[in-house]
Amino acid sequence: MKKNGIASRIFLILCFLFLYAPILVLIVFSFNASKSKAVWAGFTLDWYVELFQNETILNALWVTLLVSLLAAIISTVLGTAAAIGFQNLRRRTRSVCMTVNNIPLTNADIITGVSMMLLFLLAVDAWNGTLGGVLGIRLSLGFWSLLIAHITFDVPNVILSVLPKLRQLDPNIYEAAQDLGDHGFHAFRAVVLPEIMPGVINGFIMAFTLSIDDFVISYFTAGSQTQTLSMVVYSMAKKQVSPEINALSALMFLVVVGLMVAVNLRQAAQERQAKARQAALTAK
Amino acid sequence: MKNKAIAYPYVGWMALFVAAPILIIVFYAFSSAAGGFTLEHFRDMTLYAAAFGRSLLLAAVATVASLLIGYPMAYFLSRSGGWVHRMATMLIMLPMWMNFLLRTYAWSFLLERNGLINRFFSLFGLGPFQMIDTQGAIVLGMVYNFIPYMILPIFSVIEKMDPKVIEAAQDLGADSVTVFRRVVFPLSLPGVLSGITMVFIPSVSTFAISGLLGGNKTLLLGNLIDMQFLGSAYNPHLGSAISLVMMVIVMGCMAVMNHFGDGEQGVTL
Amino acid sequence: MSKELIRLTDCVMAFDDEIILNHINLYINDSEFLTLLGPSGCGKTTTLRIIGGFQQPTSGDVLFDGVRINHVPPHKRQVNTVFQKYALFTHMNIFENVAFGLRIAKVPEPEIQRRVEEALALVNLPGYGKRSVLSLSGGQQQRIAIARAIVNRPKVLLLDEPLGALDLKLRKDMQIELKKIQQQVGITFVYVTHDQEEALTMSDTIVVMNKGDIQQIGSPTGIYNEPKNAFVADFIGESNIIDGVMLSDGVVKMYGKKFQCVDKGFASNEAVDVVIRPEDIDIVPESEGQITGVVTEVTFKGVHYDIIVDFQGFKWLIQTTDLSPVGSRIGVKIDPDGFHIMRKSQYSGLYGDYSSYSDAYDELNEDPEAESDEE
Repeated sequence: MKKNGIASRIFLILCFLFLYAPILVLIVFSFNASKSKAVWAGFTLDWYVELFQNETILNALWVTLLVSLLAAIISTVLGTAAAIGFQNLRRRTRSVCMTVNNIPLTNADIITGVSMMLLFLLAVDAWNGTLGGVLGIRLSLGFWSLLIAHITFDVPNVILSVLPKLRQLDPNIYEAAQDLGDHGFHAFRAVVLPEIMPGVINGFIMAFTLSIDDFVISYFTAGSQTQTLSMVVYSMAKKQVSPEINALSALMFLVVVGLMVAVNLRQAAQERQAKARQAALTAK
Repeated sequence: MKNKAIAYPYVGWMALFVAAPILIIVFYAFSSAAGGFTLEHFRDMTLYAAAFGRSLLLAAVATVASLLIGYPMAYFLSRSGGWVHRMATMLIMLPMWMNFLLRTYAWSFLLERNGLINRFFSLFGLGPFQMIDTQGAIVLGMVYNFIPYMILPIFSVIEKMDPKVIEAAQDLGADSVTVFRRVVFPLSLPGVLSGITMVFIPSVSTFAISGLLGGNKTLLLGNLIDMQFLGSAYNPHLGSAISLVMMVIVMGCMAVMNHFGDGEQGVTL
Repeated sequence: MSKELIRLTDCVMAFDDEIILNHINLYINDSEFLTLLGPSGCGKTTTLRIIGGFQQPTSGDVLFDGVRINHVPPHKRQVNTVFQKYALFTHMNIFENVAFGLRIAKVPEPEIQRRVEEALALVNLPGYGKRSVLSLSGGQQQRIAIARAIVNRPKVLLLDEPLGALDLKLRKDMQIELKKIQQQVGITFVYVTHDQEEALTMSDTIVVMNKGDIQQIGSPTGIYNEPKNAFVADFIGESNIIDGVMLSDGVVKMYGKKFQCVDKGFASNEAVDVVIRPEDIDIVPESEGQITGVVTEVTFKGVHYDIIVDFQGFKWLIQTTDLSPVGSRIGVKIDPDGFHIMRKSQYSGLYGDYSSYSDAYDELNEDPEAESDEE
């Protein structure tokens, strides 16, 4: 194919400038001594110090990490099992299941959020009005509802990343283990799980990232006492500028870049291995 | 492995946390606070016709803008060489990995009355311009946040295109403009369509972007729903009705796109 | 006659309303090489899976050494399987693949070492243990799959189209090698294939199946020379199948003429199918022929010519080393033992006509992807 001309190169540069400039500006101004959004008043690390002394932010960070990790673990287990089970359903049932499974993926986040919020509110009312009232254990939306919501939108993504691996799987692989005397969960763990592991890990990473990044669904399902990092950012950004957010952005961007580089290096290494194998094969 | 029972926990989960909430929305939308069937919420919604129109319009503008910027970008990226080409997907995805609110907040930072952009203009004696808290800022926020969803599917479709198809077209006498118009673009349509849906749906339903860049002056559908559930106007019945309508819009949009996806195959432009 | 090892009695397999196996009766002797042969969807793989324990028949009994094993799960059967696409464990090296069954059986480590090496040597891949499964070619993966099964010393080895994924040359080599391995280890092989040549080459016994029914059971020569019906005659090798009438023992009438044959035991004037193999037909000058026809097509095949001859509107395939040009009129002569007479069956009239020769030939050449055909 032809190479790009000078005009298209400039266009690309402008596009990437558009994508990256705002983030870079944020990072630069996280070191700005003044609160100004435009005037550079000297270098400082004050905002980073303040960030790590801000109870609200630290608390939200903890909630975010905890809910993301728990949701990712639970949805990986639930989703992997579901993906395997779906394979064995009759075609009609399977397509119904896949349709429902796709709802959280295709629906607007806000609808997923408010619809779950309504469900949780109804459940809380029902509980408080009956058994909870009697026992004196009153519930309200909080970490538990946040966790359920996160699992609900994480699982479909896990399923989507495990299913292709299951389809690639030799249909007889489990039977081969059975044939050789193995059975049950042990056989699954010995031969099936290792083969679909890349998909499972990928699903876990997806679920974790989506949970970390989610704002809209958390916003509606977390109740008034629990806050994730996104929610804190939203309320802070709405109220007044606080350069702590800049510091937070810089740190998060750094973490993300680090993660991406790690994932990519790993992928590249895997591809190299695969290529080496291929080469060894054709050499024969 | 032949065990379908291990899917049952999640099937139960879906019934409870995916299907039931949707049904509750439908139920709320058609019932009054006192209970009983009513269509009043849909009648009340006409008061917000402007918000509907505005949401659809801004989302449409953002989608078109994303396409106009995103398509050439994907196309040029696919033709670029060296490290840019290898890293293209990562370069597009990287900003997306940054928290979406922070990305939006970054623009509020730039667009401020005494922000960097206005500073820049003042060097030439221009401005200051009112940029933040405008509809333009909202569209900009949508484009900025969702354009990767436009670029990535188009890029991957163009990447997967068999170079021999293009060579075949050249072999049959097509010049580069014709190759693009008659071969490359029609073949990339599936990517375009999925890009359009993936930009339009979050744009039409957003409330955070208008909250951060629109200064709450511009009421969008998302803000309307937010207000009915967590805001001052608390009315989950009306909120459900609006959500239901939005759901229909989203499904309609996807249906139209799927329809085009089927119908346009093999059709040249 | 060696002793009977496996017996299927009146086995039916049905999914919903679809009948996959229709009252199958079959016994398999110890140490024999038995092939289940048939086109896609004939029930051969299902039969194999029933023996392996991966499926249970809807009704009927599966006996192993005289004991009913219908509900014995696969991991408790003294049977091992070589799967269609090998189903090797790609995350383990070759040694661990082969050792898998031994480790499950808690065989002591030194013995595992010894037996795996033996098995690898048996399949001609000694010393390959440390390598990755993915570094092997298709033929080598095939051998590993065999080693992985055989190392467990099963009483029966089941092979589900094991050579289907290999190219022609390799397939032929592996056929001979498989037969050699079977004779070396001296156990029963139950082999599933849709390739009639493969079946003829390797088997002691062939079971021809179609649409859930067993059509014929017999030795390769028996099945080739004495097919029971038009389906078998057509599926095993090439056959011209002509309508005829049995006048009396040893005399059959077709094309209005009487021919000498060696078949007996039909009612007089019984309508029959007459099978004539293309290689049993001699071409003679027109005047000397029992019947005469016009050559319509000639294809050079290397060793011989395939020629299509029109006999009064019905086209025959004849294999000959003498070239007869297209358009020439020829006569043919068939020895009495060149005829094989079959009773009429549901397949009469469906096979054995070479009027659309090229199509028929294409069908034979294509490799019907038999994967998961019967589920």
